[in-house]
Amino acid sequence: MDGTIEKVSIIVSKGSLEGIYPALIMANGARAEGIEANLFFTFFGLDAISKKRHEHIKVASVGNPGLHIATLIGALPGVPGLMTHYLEHKMDKLDIPPIPEFLEMIADTGAGIYGCKASCDLFGLAQDDLIDRVKDIITVGEFYELAAGGQIIFT
Amino acid sequence: MSTATYAGQTVSVSDDGFFTDPSQWTEEMAPEIAKAEGIDHLTAQHWQVISFMRHEYEAKGTGPTVRVLGKTSGVSVKELYQLFPKGPAKIAAKVSGIPKPRGCI
Repeated sequence: MDGTIEKVSIIVSKGSLEGIYPALIMANGARAEGIEANLFFTFFGLDAISKKRHEHIKVASVGNPGLHIATLIGALPGVPGLMTHYLEHKMDKLDIPPIPEFLEMIADTGAGIYGCKASCDLFGLAQDDLIDRVKDIITVGEFYELAAGGQIIFT
Repeated sequence: MSTATYAGQTVSVSDDGFFTDPSQWTEEMAPEIAKAEGIDHLTAQHWQVISFMRHEYEAKGTGPTVRVLGKTSGVSVKELYQLFPKGPAKIAAKVSGIPKPRGCI
């Protein structure tokens, strides 16, 4: 195996802020290095590319030890929004774009954005329900065809 | 650290080919560096990015990321990838004779 990566295909399966951003940063960073990149959104990860949901992605404030707040506090009404707002503010200061803008930028870099067919069927989503930058809704088999010859990263 | 020769001048470059002393760079060297990166002809838009890279480096001591380039250079992200398909911030930095930018976004 030689020392370069030519292509990455990244699967996004989670719908939380902390579940989505790392994948977006990795895809964008791959393109910046001249590496071909595809993003495949499955299960709750579909929220990131759903027109209805992609502007309202929240950080998990319950069951997330990394936040260092008591679970009961994390469950209080308004806390998920507050924690999300706090993180978004910090990211904005570092010039990390909000998810909708980030996805547009990633599409502009030439990376492919795809929805998972099984998950779209499960949640009753059609291409129209997804943001315009989504190239297609594809099956798992088609995903493997796209990913062939490259690295696959599951997040 | 090693050296490279562009436009008849010897310059210091890092192991991955980025200038370590941007003051050694001249505009005459850019087409030659670009050619080695697979860009056969530098258009006016390439030069717009190159001069933006040089200015950013002089002002901030580091090259801009693709995000910054897309927002402030006057060339969109989409166009940047057409101009520098192997990575706009990285390849433009190399052609512009500045060190590789280290931003993640």
